[in-house]
Amino acid sequence: MTLLVLVVDDEPDVEVLFRQQFRRELRGGRFTMEFAQSAAAALRRITDAAAASLILILSDINMPGMSGLDLLPKARAARPDVPIIMITAYGDAETKRMALEGGAEALLTKPIDFGMLRNEIETRVERAA
Amino acid sequence: MDQELIDALMRQHIGLEEPNVAAVFAQREAVQVADLNDEAASELNEITLRAGFRARLVAPLLRGEHVVGMLVVRRRTPGAFVQNTVDLIKTFAAQSAVAIENARLFHDVEASLQDLRTAQDRLVQTQKLASLGQLTAGIAHEIKNPLNFVNNFSAVSAELLDELRETLKSIKVVPEARDAIADLTDRLRDNLDKIVQHGKRADSIVKNMLLHSREGSGEHRPVDINALVEEAVNLAYHGARAEKQGFNVALERSFDPAAGKAEVFPQEITRVLLNLISNGFYAATKRKGQVNSEGYEPTLTAATKNLGDRVEIRIRDNGTGIPPEVKEKMFNPFFTTKPAGEGTGLGLSLSHDIVVKQHAGSIEVDTRPGEFTEFRVVLPRTAASQAKRGGQA
Repeated sequence: MTLLVLVVDDEPDVEVLFRQQFRRELRGGRFTMEFAQSAAAALRRITDAAAASLILILSDINMPGMSGLDLLPKARAARPDVPIIMITAYGDAETKRMALEGGAEALLTKPIDFGMLRNEIETRVERAA
Repeated sequence: MDQELIDALMRQHIGLEEPNVAAVFAQREAVQVADLNDEAASELNEITLRAGFRARLVAPLLRGEHVVGMLVVRRRTPGAFVQNTVDLIKTFAAQSAVAIENARLFHDVEASLQDLRTAQDRLVQTQKLASLGQLTAGIAHEIKNPLNFVNNFSAVSAELLDELRETLKSIKVVPEARDAIADLTDRLRDNLDKIVQHGKRADSIVKNMLLHSREGSGEHRPVDINALVEEAVNLAYHGARAEKQGFNVALERSFDPAAGKAEVFPQEITRVLLNLISNGFYAATKRKGQVNSEGYEPTLTAATKNLGDRVEIRIRDNGTGIPPEVKEKMFNPFFTTKPAGEGTGLGLSLSHDIVVKQHAGSIEVDTRPGEFTEFRVVLPRTAASQAKRGGQA
Protein backbone atom coordinates (compact mmCIF):
# COMPACT_ATOMS: atom_id res chain seq x y z
CA MET A 1 0.00 0.00 0.00
CA THR A 2 1.41 3.39 -0.99
CA LEU A 3 1.64 5.82 1.89
CA LEU A 4 -0.14 9.12 1.34
CA VAL A 5 0.71 12.63 2.53
CA LEU A 6 -2.05 15.22 2.06
CA VAL A 7 -1.07 18.86 1.68
CA VAL A 8 -3.74 21.53 2.21
CA ASP A 9 -2.97 25.03 0.88
CA ASP A 10 -4.98 27.47 -1.19
CA GLU A 11 -1.93 28.48 -3.24
CA PRO A 12 -1.59 26.25 -6.36
CA ASP A 13 2.19 26.84 -6.50
CA VAL A 14 2.51 24.85 -3.30
CA GLU A 15 1.92 21.67 -5.28
CA VAL A 16 4.64 22.58 -7.82
CA LEU A 17 7.09 23.41 -5.04
CA PHE A 18 6.39 20.27 -2.98
CA ARG A 19 6.57 17.97 -6.00
CA GLN A 20 9.98 19.43 -6.90
CA GLN A 21 11.33 19.41 -3.36
CA PHE A 22 10.27 15.79 -2.79
CA ARG A 23 10.98 14.65 -6.37
CA ARG A 24 13.40 11.91 -5.29
CA GLU A 25 11.08 10.43 -2.66
CA LEU A 26 8.09 10.61 -5.01
CA ARG A 27 10.07 9.09 -7.89
CA GLY A 28 11.35 6.35 -5.59
CA GLY A 29 7.82 5.61 -4.38
CA ARG A 30 8.60 6.24 -0.67
CA PHE A 31 5.18 7.92 -0.49
CA THR A 32 2.72 9.83 -2.65
CA MET A 33 1.43 13.33 -2.18
CA GLU A 34 -1.98 14.76 -2.82
CA PHE A 35 -2.98 18.39 -2.74
CA ALA A 36 -6.21 20.04 -1.64
CA GLN A 37 -6.73 23.74 -2.31
CA SER A 38 -9.31 24.25 0.42
CA ALA A 39 -10.11 22.85 3.85
CA ALA A 40 -13.46 21.59 2.54
CA ALA A 41 -11.80 19.67 -0.30
CA ALA A 42 -9.29 18.27 2.20
CA LEU A 43 -12.06 17.08 4.48
CA ARG A 44 -13.79 15.26 1.59
CA ARG A 45 -10.48 13.61 0.72
CA ILE A 46 -9.80 12.56 4.33
CA THR A 47 -13.17 10.87 4.77
CA ASP A 48 -12.78 9.19 1.39
CA ALA A 49 -12.31 5.41 1.75
CA ALA A 50 -9.36 5.54 -0.63
CA ALA A 51 -7.46 7.61 1.92
CA ALA A 52 -6.81 4.56 4.10
CA SER A 53 -3.08 4.87 3.53
CA LEU A 54 -3.00 8.48 4.74
CA ILE A 55 -0.12 8.93 7.20
CA LEU A 56 0.18 12.71 7.53
CA ILE A 57 -1.70 15.93 6.83
CA LEU A 58 0.16 19.20 6.27
CA SER A 59 -2.15 22.19 6.40
CA ASP A 60 -1.89 25.92 5.88
CA ILE A 61 -3.83 28.07 8.39
CA ASN A 62 -4.92 31.16 6.47
CA MET A 63 -7.28 29.98 3.77
CA PRO A 64 -10.47 31.51 2.43
CA GLY A 65 -13.62 29.85 3.79
CA MET A 66 -12.75 27.19 6.32
CA SER A 67 -9.36 27.97 7.90
CA GLY A 68 -6.75 25.42 8.81
CA LEU A 69 -7.62 25.87 12.48
CA ASP A 70 -11.29 25.08 11.70
CA LEU A 71 -10.23 22.04 9.74
CA LEU A 72 -8.10 20.69 12.61
CA PRO A 73 -10.81 19.29 14.96
CA LYS A 74 -12.89 17.99 12.03
CA ALA A 75 -9.95 16.15 10.51
CA ARG A 76 -8.92 14.82 13.92
CA ALA A 77 -12.47 13.55 14.49
CA ALA A 78 -12.58 11.85 11.09
CA ARG A 79 -9.11 10.35 11.33
CA PRO A 80 -7.77 10.33 14.93
CA ASP A 81 -4.90 8.14 13.77
CA VAL A 82 -3.49 10.71 11.33
CA PRO A 83 -1.21 13.42 12.71
CA ILE A 84 -1.60 16.97 11.42
CA ILE A 85 1.21 19.51 11.08
CA MET A 86 0.23 23.12 10.53
CA ILE A 87 2.32 25.30 8.22
CA THR A 88 1.85 29.04 8.57
CA ALA A 89 3.42 32.46 8.19
CA TYR A 90 2.06 33.29 11.64
CA GLY A 91 4.50 31.72 14.06
CA ASP A 92 3.39 33.71 17.11
CA ALA A 93 2.73 32.11 20.46
CA GLU A 94 -1.04 32.58 20.23
CA THR A 95 -1.35 30.81 16.86
CA LYS A 96 0.92 28.05 18.11
CA ARG A 97 -1.20 27.61 21.23
CA MET A 98 -4.42 27.44 19.21
CA ALA A 99 -2.94 24.93 16.79
CA LEU A 100 -1.62 22.65 19.52
CA GLU A 101 -4.83 22.90 21.55
CA GLY A 102 -6.79 22.06 18.40
CA GLY A 103 -4.89 18.81 18.14
CA ALA A 104 -2.05 19.67 15.75
CA GLU A 105 1.14 17.73 16.33
CA ALA A 106 3.44 20.62 15.40
CA LEU A 107 3.51 24.03 13.81
CA LEU A 108 6.05 24.90 11.11
CA THR A 109 6.56 28.48 10.00
CA LYS A 110 7.07 29.88 6.53
CA PRO A 111 9.43 30.09 4.77
CA ILE A 112 9.26 26.30 5.03
CA ASP A 113 12.42 24.53 6.12
CA PHE A 114 12.22 21.54 3.78
CA GLY A 115 15.05 19.76 5.56
CA MET A 116 13.00 19.74 8.73
CA LEU A 117 9.81 18.83 6.90
CA ARG A 118 11.58 15.93 5.15
CA ASN A 119 12.61 14.55 8.57
CA GLU A 120 9.03 14.85 9.85
CA ILE A 121 7.68 12.92 6.87
CA GLU A 122 10.45 10.28 6.98
CA THR A 123 9.70 9.59 10.66
CA ARG A 124 6.04 8.84 9.77
CA VAL A 125 6.98 6.80 6.72
CA GLU A 126 9.31 4.61 8.79
CA ARG A 127 6.69 4.19 11.51
CA ALA A 128 4.05 3.17 8.96
CA ALA A 129 6.35 0.86 7.01
CA MET B 1 4.23 99.29 56.69
CA ASP B 2 7.83 99.90 55.76
CA GLN B 3 9.89 97.44 53.80
CA GLU B 4 11.90 96.49 56.87
CA LEU B 5 8.79 95.37 58.72
CA ILE B 6 7.44 93.50 55.71
CA ASP B 7 10.75 91.68 55.41
CA ALA B 8 10.77 90.90 59.14
CA LEU B 9 7.24 89.54 58.98
CA MET B 10 7.95 87.56 55.85
CA ARG B 11 10.86 85.92 57.63
CA GLN B 12 8.70 85.19 60.64
CA HIS B 13 7.19 81.74 60.72
CA ILE B 14 3.71 82.20 62.15
CA GLY B 15 2.67 78.88 63.58
CA LEU B 16 -0.47 77.63 65.25
CA GLU B 17 1.21 78.19 68.62
CA GLU B 18 0.95 82.00 68.26
CA PRO B 19 -1.73 83.22 70.71
CA ASN B 20 -4.13 84.87 68.19
CA VAL B 21 -3.63 82.21 65.55
CA ALA B 22 -4.46 79.39 67.92
CA ALA B 23 -7.59 81.14 69.14
CA VAL B 24 -8.84 82.00 65.65
CA PHE B 25 -8.14 78.48 64.51
CA ALA B 26 -9.99 76.98 67.47
CA GLN B 27 -13.00 79.35 67.44
CA ARG B 28 -13.24 80.06 63.69
CA GLU B 29 -14.06 83.59 64.82
CA ALA B 30 -12.28 86.94 64.66
CA VAL B 31 -10.04 87.66 67.64
CA GLN B 32 -8.58 91.00 68.65
CA VAL B 33 -5.91 92.41 70.93
CA ALA B 34 -6.77 95.92 72.10
CA ASP B 35 -3.25 96.66 73.32
CA LEU B 36 -0.26 94.68 72.15
CA ASN B 37 1.62 95.84 75.26
CA ASP B 38 -0.67 93.56 77.26
CA GLU B 39 0.06 90.56 75.04
CA ALA B 40 2.46 87.86 76.22
CA ALA B 41 5.98 88.55 74.94
CA SER B 42 6.89 86.83 71.67
CA GLU B 43 9.08 87.54 68.69
CA LEU B 44 6.04 88.41 66.63
CA ASN B 45 4.72 90.71 69.33
CA GLU B 46 8.09 92.44 69.58
CA ILE B 47 8.39 92.98 65.81
CA THR B 48 4.89 94.40 65.62
CA LEU B 49 5.40 96.75 68.58
CA ARG B 50 8.78 97.89 67.22
CA ALA B 51 7.03 98.80 63.98
CA GLY B 52 4.72 101.08 65.92
CA PHE B 53 1.54 99.02 66.05
CA ARG B 54 -0.58 98.76 69.16
CA ALA B 55 -3.77 96.87 68.28
CA ARG B 56 -4.38 93.74 66.18
CA LEU B 57 -7.47 92.08 64.72
CA VAL B 58 -7.24 88.59 63.22
CA ALA B 59 -10.13 87.18 61.15
CA PRO B 60 -10.25 83.62 59.77
CA LEU B 61 -10.52 82.88 56.03
CA LEU B 62 -13.00 80.04 56.03
CA ARG B 63 -13.72 77.46 53.39
CA GLY B 64 -16.72 75.74 54.87
CA GLU B 65 -15.53 74.71 58.32
CA HIS B 66 -11.86 74.82 57.41
CA VAL B 67 -9.59 77.71 58.24
CA VAL B 68 -7.55 78.15 55.06
CA GLY B 69 -5.88 81.41 56.10
CA MET B 70 -6.12 84.46 58.28
CA LEU B 71 -6.53 88.15 57.66
CA VAL B 72 -4.50 90.31 60.06
CA VAL B 73 -5.27 94.01 60.54
CA ARG B 74 -3.00 96.18 62.71
CA ARG B 75 -3.56 99.71 64.03
CA ARG B 76 -1.12 102.23 65.44
CA THR B 77 -3.46 103.37 68.22
CA PRO B 78 -4.39 101.04 71.04
CA GLY B 79 -8.01 100.21 71.85
CA ALA B 80 -10.70 97.73 70.85
CA PHE B 81 -11.84 97.56 67.21
CA VAL B 82 -15.46 98.79 67.00
CA GLN B 83 -18.13 96.32 65.89
CA ASN B 84 -18.54 98.03 62.48
CA THR B 85 -14.85 97.58 61.72
CA VAL B 86 -14.92 93.98 62.93
CA ASP B 87 -17.94 93.26 60.70
CA LEU B 88 -16.29 94.96 57.74
CA ILE B 89 -13.08 92.96 58.23
CA LYS B 90 -15.07 89.73 58.63
CA THR B 91 -16.97 90.41 55.40
CA PHE B 92 -13.72 91.21 53.63
CA ALA B 93 -12.18 87.99 55.02
CA ALA B 94 -15.18 85.98 53.81
CA GLN B 95 -14.93 87.53 50.30
CA SER B 96 -11.19 86.94 50.24
CA ALA B 97 -11.68 83.31 51.19
CA VAL B 98 -14.11 82.88 48.28
CA ALA B 99 -11.73 84.62 45.89
CA ILE B 100 -8.76 82.53 47.03
CA GLU B 101 -10.84 79.38 46.78
CA ASN B 102 -11.90 80.29 43.23
CA ALA B 103 -8.33 80.95 42.22
CA ARG B 104 -7.28 77.62 43.72
CA LEU B 105 -10.08 75.77 41.92
CA PHE B 106 -9.17 77.50 38.67
CA HIS B 107 -5.56 76.46 39.12
CA ASP B 108 -6.65 72.87 39.82
CA VAL B 109 -8.83 72.80 36.72
CA GLU B 110 -5.97 74.08 34.62
CA ALA B 111 -3.62 71.48 36.07
CA SER B 112 -6.18 68.70 35.47
CA LEU B 113 -6.67 69.92 31.93
CA GLN B 114 -2.91 69.81 31.38
CA ASP B 115 -2.77 66.28 32.84
CA LEU B 116 -5.63 65.27 30.59
CA ARG B 117 -3.88 66.71 27.53
CA THR B 118 -0.65 64.91 28.41
CA ALA B 119 -2.53 61.65 28.95
CA GLN B 120 -4.35 62.13 25.66
CA ASP B 121 -1.10 62.81 23.79
CA ARG B 122 0.42 59.70 25.26
CA LEU B 123 -2.65 57.66 24.40
CA VAL B 124 -2.49 58.87 20.82
CA GLN B 125 1.21 57.98 20.64
CA THR B 126 0.56 54.58 22.15
CA GLN B 127 -2.22 53.95 19.68
CA LYS B 128 0.02 55.11 16.84
CA LEU B 129 2.70 52.72 17.97
CA ALA B 130 0.13 49.97 18.28
CA SER B 131 -1.30 50.52 14.82
CA LEU B 132 2.17 50.91 13.31
CA GLY B 133 2.98 47.62 14.97
CA GLN B 134 -0.12 45.93 13.62
CA LEU B 135 0.47 47.30 10.15
CA THR B 136 4.08 46.13 10.16
CA ALA B 137 3.08 42.71 11.46
CA GLY B 138 0.41 42.41 8.77
CA ILE B 139 2.80 43.37 6.00
CA ALA B 140 5.54 41.13 7.35
CA HIS B 141 3.20 38.12 7.39
CA GLU B 142 1.96 38.79 3.89
CA ILE B 143 5.54 39.04 2.62
CA LYS B 144 6.40 35.72 4.22
CA ASN B 145 4.13 33.79 1.87
CA PRO B 146 5.68 34.92 -1.44
CA LEU B 147 9.10 34.82 0.21
CA ASN B 148 8.49 31.17 0.98
CA PHE B 149 8.14 30.53 -2.73
CA VAL B 150 11.13 32.68 -3.69
CA ASN B 151 13.44 30.97 -1.22
CA ASN B 152 12.28 27.43 -1.72
CA PHE B 153 11.88 27.56 -5.50
CA SER B 154 15.35 29.07 -5.89
CA ALA B 155 16.85 26.47 -3.56
CA VAL B 156 15.20 23.60 -5.41
CA SER B 157 16.14 25.16 -8.78
CA ALA B 158 19.79 25.13 -7.73
CA GLU B 159 19.47 21.44 -6.98
CA LEU B 160 17.71 20.82 -10.31
CA LEU B 161 20.47 22.66 -12.14
CA ASP B 162 23.09 20.42 -10.52
CA GLU B 163 21.09 17.43 -11.71
CA LEU B 164 20.91 18.92 -15.19
CA ARG B 165 24.69 19.35 -15.24
CA GLU B 166 25.13 15.73 -14.18
CA THR B 167 22.78 14.63 -16.96
CA LEU B 168 24.57 16.77 -19.56
CA LYS B 169 27.90 15.14 -18.70
CA SER B 170 26.70 11.88 -20.21
CA ILE B 171 25.78 13.54 -23.50
CA LYS B 172 28.33 13.95 -26.25
CA VAL B 173 28.49 17.51 -27.58
CA VAL B 174 31.07 19.50 -29.51
CA PRO B 175 33.71 21.13 -27.24
CA GLU B 176 32.50 24.71 -27.97
CA ALA B 177 28.96 23.75 -26.97
CA ARG B 178 30.26 22.02 -23.83
CA ASP B 179 32.13 25.19 -22.82
CA ALA B 180 29.08 27.33 -23.52
CA ILE B 181 26.88 24.97 -21.48
CA ALA B 182 29.35 24.96 -18.59
CA ASP B 183 29.56 28.74 -18.68
CA LEU B 184 25.78 29.22 -18.80
CA THR B 185 24.98 26.70 -16.08
CA ASP B 186 27.69 28.19 -13.87
CA ARG B 187 26.14 31.59 -14.26
CA LEU B 188 22.67 30.24 -13.60
CA ARG B 189 23.96 28.51 -10.50
CA ASP B 190 25.58 31.75 -9.26
CA ASN B 191 22.37 33.64 -9.89
CA LEU B 192 20.31 31.10 -8.00
CA ASP B 193 22.73 31.26 -5.10
CA LYS B 194 22.29 35.03 -5.10
CA ILE B 195 18.51 34.67 -5.07
CA VAL B 196 18.76 32.26 -2.13
CA GLN B 197 21.13 34.60 -0.31
CA HIS B 198 19.00 37.71 -0.81
CA GLY B 199 15.82 35.79 -0.05
CA LYS B 200 17.32 34.79 3.28
CA ARG B 201 18.24 38.40 3.85
CA ALA B 202 14.66 39.50 3.15
CA ASP B 203 13.48 36.78 5.51
CA SER B 204 15.67 38.06 8.33
CA ILE B 205 14.40 41.61 7.74
CA VAL B 206 10.83 40.33 7.97
CA LYS B 207 11.69 38.45 11.16
CA ASN B 208 13.14 41.65 12.63
CA MET B 209 10.08 43.61 11.60
CA LEU B 210 7.88 41.11 13.40
CA LEU B 211 10.12 41.27 16.44
CA HIS B 212 9.76 45.04 16.45
CA SER B 213 6.04 44.98 15.94
CA ARG B 214 4.63 42.25 18.11
CA GLU B 215 1.01 43.27 18.22
CA GLY B 216 -0.01 44.94 21.41
CA SER B 217 2.52 45.63 24.07
CA GLY B 218 1.13 43.52 26.82
CA GLU B 219 0.18 44.97 30.14
CA HIS B 220 1.32 47.91 32.16
CA ARG B 221 2.49 46.72 35.56
CA PRO B 222 5.10 47.22 38.29
CA VAL B 223 8.28 45.45 37.24
CA ASP B 224 11.57 44.76 39.00
CA ILE B 225 13.98 46.89 36.97
CA ASN B 226 17.13 44.89 37.74
CA ALA B 227 15.42 41.65 36.69
CA LEU B 228 14.14 43.29 33.51
CA VAL B 229 17.60 44.59 32.55
CA GLU B 230 19.25 41.27 33.42
CA GLU B 231 16.78 39.42 31.22
CA ALA B 232 17.30 41.81 28.31
CA VAL B 233 21.10 41.53 28.59
CA ASN B 234 20.89 37.73 28.52
CA LEU B 235 18.43 37.71 25.64
CA ALA B 236 20.57 40.07 23.57
CA TYR B 237 23.76 38.20 24.41
CA HIS B 238 22.44 34.78 23.43
CA GLY B 239 20.76 36.25 20.37
CA ALA B 240 24.07 37.76 19.25
CA ARG B 241 25.95 34.52 19.88
CA ALA B 242 23.42 32.54 17.91
CA GLU B 243 23.53 35.03 15.04
CA LYS B 244 27.26 35.58 14.70
CA GLN B 245 29.94 32.97 15.03
CA GLY B 246 32.87 34.15 17.08
CA PHE B 247 30.82 36.82 18.81
CA ASN B 248 32.60 37.82 21.97
CA VAL B 249 31.83 40.86 24.10
CA ALA B 250 32.49 40.94 27.84
CA LEU B 251 29.43 41.77 29.95
CA GLU B 252 29.57 43.88 33.06
CA ARG B 253 26.65 44.55 35.37
CA SER B 254 26.38 47.26 37.94
CA PHE B 255 22.92 46.93 39.42
CA ASP B 256 21.80 49.19 42.24
CA PRO B 257 20.13 46.90 44.81
CA ALA B 258 17.77 49.82 45.54
CA ALA B 259 16.65 50.12 41.90
CA GLY B 260 13.34 48.53 42.88
CA LYS B 261 10.24 48.52 40.74
CA ALA B 262 8.69 50.84 38.16
CA GLU B 263 5.32 50.75 36.45
CA VAL B 264 6.09 50.06 32.79
CA PHE B 265 5.02 48.09 29.73
CA PRO B 266 7.71 45.42 30.31
CA GLN B 267 7.63 44.08 26.77
CA GLU B 268 8.20 47.56 25.35
CA ILE B 269 11.04 48.44 27.71
CA THR B 270 12.63 45.07 26.94
CA ARG B 271 12.40 45.99 23.27
CA VAL B 272 14.20 49.29 23.98
CA LEU B 273 16.91 47.54 26.00
CA LEU B 274 17.41 44.86 23.34
CA ASN B 275 17.91 47.64 20.80
CA LEU B 276 20.41 49.54 22.91
CA ILE B 277 22.31 46.41 23.94
CA SER B 278 22.54 44.97 20.44
CA ASN B 279 23.67 48.37 19.14
CA GLY B 280 26.34 48.30 21.85
CA PHE B 281 27.43 44.80 20.83
CA TYR B 282 27.56 45.96 17.22
CA ALA B 283 29.75 48.98 18.03
CA ALA B 284 32.11 47.01 20.27
CA THR B 285 32.43 44.20 17.71
CA LYS B 286 33.05 46.76 14.97
CA ARG B 287 35.87 48.40 16.93
CA LYS B 288 37.39 44.99 17.60
CA GLY B 289 37.45 44.40 13.84
CA GLN B 290 39.34 47.62 13.14
CA VAL B 291 43.10 47.85 12.77
CA ASN B 292 45.10 48.64 15.92
CA SER B 293 42.57 46.79 18.03
CA GLU B 294 45.28 44.80 19.77
CA GLY B 295 44.70 44.62 23.50
CA TYR B 296 41.19 45.96 23.02
CA GLU B 297 38.59 44.17 25.09
CA PRO B 298 35.05 44.75 23.75
CA THR B 299 32.86 45.36 26.81
CA LEU B 300 29.23 46.20 27.43
CA THR B 301 28.08 47.52 30.79
CA ALA B 302 24.48 47.53 32.00
CA ALA B 303 23.81 49.61 35.09
CA THR B 304 20.79 50.67 37.11
CA LYS B 305 20.37 53.39 39.70
CA ASN B 306 17.66 54.41 42.11
CA LEU B 307 16.71 58.09 41.62
CA GLY B 308 13.87 58.21 44.12
CA ASP B 309 10.65 58.62 42.15
CA ARG B 310 12.54 57.65 38.99
CA VAL B 311 14.91 54.88 38.04
CA GLU B 312 17.88 55.07 35.69
CA ILE B 313 19.16 52.41 33.30
CA ARG B 314 22.51 52.88 31.56
CA ILE B 315 23.80 50.80 28.67
CA ARG B 316 27.43 51.56 27.86
CA ASP B 317 29.78 50.07 25.31
CA ASN B 318 33.44 50.81 24.70
CA GLY B 319 32.94 50.58 20.93
CA THR B 320 33.36 52.93 18.01
CA GLY B 321 31.33 55.82 19.46
CA ILE B 322 28.96 58.02 17.49
CA PRO B 323 30.17 60.93 15.33
CA PRO B 324 28.31 64.23 15.89
CA GLU B 325 26.59 64.22 12.47
CA VAL B 326 25.12 60.79 13.23
CA LYS B 327 24.19 61.70 16.79
CA GLU B 328 21.98 64.47 15.41
CA LYS B 329 19.91 62.13 13.28
CA MET B 330 20.06 58.81 15.06
CA PHE B 331 16.59 59.04 16.62
CA ASN B 332 15.00 59.70 13.21
CA PRO B 333 12.93 56.86 11.76
CA PHE B 334 14.68 54.83 9.04
CA PHE B 335 18.06 56.43 9.78
CA THR B 336 20.76 53.78 9.93
CA THR B 337 24.52 53.59 9.60
CA LYS B 338 24.57 49.84 9.29
CA PRO B 339 25.27 48.22 5.91
CA ALA B 340 22.22 47.42 3.76
CA GLY B 341 20.30 44.53 5.22
CA GLU B 342 21.71 44.82 8.74
CA GLY B 343 19.53 47.57 10.19
CA THR B 344 16.00 48.82 9.65
CA GLY B 345 16.71 52.29 11.05
CA LEU B 346 13.73 51.89 13.33
CA GLY B 347 15.41 50.71 16.52
CA LEU B 348 16.34 54.01 18.14
CA SER B 349 13.35 55.86 16.76
CA LEU B 350 10.98 53.31 18.30
CA SER B 351 13.01 53.26 21.50
CA HIS B 352 12.70 57.02 21.76
CA ASP B 353 8.92 56.88 21.27
CA ILE B 354 8.52 54.09 23.80
CA VAL B 355 10.59 55.78 26.51
CA VAL B 356 9.58 59.40 25.98
CA LYS B 357 6.07 59.29 24.60
CA GLN B 358 4.75 56.10 26.13
CA HIS B 359 6.48 56.13 29.51
CA ALA B 360 7.08 59.87 30.03
CA GLY B 361 10.74 59.09 30.59
CA SER B 362 13.89 60.36 28.93
CA ILE B 363 16.62 58.86 26.77
CA GLU B 364 19.98 60.55 26.35
CA VAL B 365 23.24 59.60 24.76
CA ASP B 366 26.78 60.39 25.78
CA THR B 367 29.50 59.36 23.37
CA ARG B 368 33.09 59.94 22.30
CA PRO B 369 34.03 58.66 18.85
CA GLY B 370 36.52 55.84 19.12
CA GLU B 371 35.99 55.50 22.86
CA PHE B 372 32.51 54.79 24.13
CA THR B 373 28.76 55.28 23.82
CA GLU B 374 26.43 55.41 26.79
CA PHE B 375 22.65 55.51 26.61
CA ARG B 376 20.89 56.73 29.72
CA VAL B 377 17.21 55.87 30.06
CA VAL B 378 15.29 57.40 32.96
CA LEU B 379 11.83 56.08 33.75
CA PRO B 380 9.34 57.46 36.26
CA ARG B 381 8.35 54.86 38.84
CA THR B 382 4.70 55.65 38.45
CA ALA B 383 3.03 57.74 35.82
CA ALA B 384 -0.51 58.27 36.98
CA SER B 385 -1.52 59.82 33.69
CA GLN B 386 0.32 57.22 31.69
CA ALA B 387 -1.78 56.02 28.80
CA LYS B 388 -2.99 52.47 28.95
CA ARG B 389 -2.63 50.57 25.77
CA GLY B 390 -5.79 48.91 24.57
CA GLY B 391 -6.16 45.17 24.65
CA GLN B 392 -4.81 44.25 21.25
CA ALA B 393 -4.39 40.55 20.78
